[in-house]
Amino acid sequence: MLRNLTTVAILVGLILGLVVVTNLLGVRLFDRLATNLCIALVLVLGLQVFMGNSGILSFAHIGFMGIGAYTSAVLTIPTQMKGMSLPDLYPVLAAVEVSPYLGILLGGLAAAAVAAVVSYPLMRLSDAAAVITSFALLVVLHTVMTHWSAVTNGPRTLFGLPKATDLPLAAGAAMLAVVAALAFKESRVGLLLRSSRDDEVAAGAMGAHIPRLRWQAFVLSALFAGIGGALWGHFITSFSPKAFFLKETFVILSMLVIGGANTVTGAVVGAMIVTVAFESLRALEAAINQAEMFTEQVVGLTEIVLALAMIAVLALRPGGLFATHEIGALLNRRARKKREDG
Amino acid sequence: MTTFLQFVIDVLSLGGAYALMALGLVIVYGILRLVNFAYGELIMVAGYSMYLVNPSGLPWLAMAAVAVLMAVLAGIATDYVAFRPVRAKSVTAVLITSFAFSTLLQNAALLFISPRPRNVPLPEIFSETVEIAGVITPARNLITIAAAVVLLTLFSWLMRRSVLGIAMRAAATNFTMARMLGVPANLIISSAFAISGLLAGVVSLLWIGRIGAVVPGIGLEPLLIAFIATVIGGMRSLQGAVLGGFLLAFMDTTLNFTLPQDLLKFRDAFTFSLVILILLWRPQGLVSGPASGRRT
Repeated sequence: MLRNLTTVAILVGLILGLVVVTNLLGVRLFDRLATNLCIALVLVLGLQVFMGNSGILSFAHIGFMGIGAYTSAVLTIPTQMKGMSLPDLYPVLAAVEVSPYLGILLGGLAAAAVAAVVSYPLMRLSDAAAVITSFALLVVLHTVMTHWSAVTNGPRTLFGLPKATDLPLAAGAAMLAVVAALAFKESRVGLLLRSSRDDEVAAGAMGAHIPRLRWQAFVLSALFAGIGGALWGHFITSFSPKAFFLKETFVILSMLVIGGANTVTGAVVGAMIVTVAFESLRALEAAINQAEMFTEQVVGLTEIVLALAMIAVLALRPGGLFATHEIGALLNRRARKKREDG
Repeated sequence: MTTFLQFVIDVLSLGGAYALMALGLVIVYGILRLVNFAYGELIMVAGYSMYLVNPSGLPWLAMAAVAVLMAVLAGIATDYVAFRPVRAKSVTAVLITSFAFSTLLQNAALLFISPRPRNVPLPEIFSETVEIAGVITPARNLITIAAAVVLLTLFSWLMRRSVLGIAMRAAATNFTMARMLGVPANLIISSAFAISGLLAGVVSLLWIGRIGAVVPGIGLEPLLIAFIATVIGGMRSLQGAVLGGFLLAFMDTTLNFTLPQDLLKFRDAFTFSLVILILLWRPQGLVSGPASGRRT
């Protein structure tokens, strides 16, 4: 128990520290960066809830992020704006306008509801079959988002979301996500699920209903993704379905893999490292482009570096930076050792 | 009658291309249980090779040979970069490295060549049309059918008769046992990736022949097609992959002929939902291959 509290304290402290430092600095750019980081934290922790505990790679996560963002958008865009940003919207929905905070919550719930319906049968699959179906699910969700013009404005950019997400809100959501992810990991469901990850046959023989356990984790993970997506939508205020596809999947996945998928600490640390690296590389790219060092625009450098980092981490330290133990457990063990020695 | 013939030619040419794509994916999966997400990028590599050798003024066939060779090399590179370092680790690790390698190649094309489409040289015959029994069809459809027939025959001969093919099938059935009996593991794995690259290279020529240009994201659609076809046909069976390719082409063409216009844009969603349903009904696909799947 103590080690879990230590972990929560350290991780929440990290996020709080980030908020305080950003506020003290008072630079707009850092404010944007820190908010983005907090939103990424919600998304990565959501992926960790499913992938870390069940050991199954899921590509569909970003699709649920999209569901959250679009649900919240449809519910919160002011009625007088809707004629312009969503001309073909169904009349029933055109009159609806709720507060963005409620919209964010409903976005998360909508994603969780969709996940609950579509994913139950998929949870029977393991290994490659599970990965390919989750990939198929991402493509289905993306196709629907791109073509369901009435609700999503098709492949075009959807604009007009009220700006509601600021750093305190995003940071609050991230802290809640840390606590929820850790609580789930240590709960009965989380423990059983982790046992199925380590040995599917043995866990099944002991009576664990594996598809159901995975399903519970998947729905919770989709809830995180939906909330993260809605937060992001109310931060960026205009987006298109392109934002919820392979590129975003790659970034979120790299955060989790580099940090360590099996631990909440890993997810948080990975998100922080990758966000900082990502933003610095983007800034470098922009600087190169501004200086016009090359005749063509430089694009893709960031992704190349991230991809190399991911391959290196998996080859050298396959579990990521925090492979098995949370930071609290590590510190506790060290403290105990010191006491025993001294 | 002419509509029927048209339909048959469409299914066969599309199915031939799909079957080759699926075969390239499944040859790696069958032996290594590795879903190679970087497979689509092999097609991209061949396409960009065509673009890069275009100024040399070589005859088209020589340029095509260079492009296929580059795809083979890229296939072998996949083995060395994305697969070998993590072979002994979890399935998930291998999946993620191949996904990372795919992103790496795609962004390398973005960075070093251009995000914009690049034209690829095509031989005259690709743009000609032929008339068979009253049906006018592009000659490249017939070329695709011919290429598929030749390659599939060659491939099945290779797998049945040659030492390499027998060793590969042995490795696919029971990797550990095959190694005990003296099958060199690394050589077999590299050959599987090389054959995968060869098929991707040929597919690339046929696929890009439809569009005439190459972009960094060109590999996604063939990759998805190969996924669907292998899942339908059977993840572990080579015959299954070919069958899946033709079935998928049959489904696609039928949907094209019958689906109303405003639902047609959701075609991908339909086919992918079908994949999910088939996996639920028969997780091993229509044709089940040899059991096993150790790779170390």
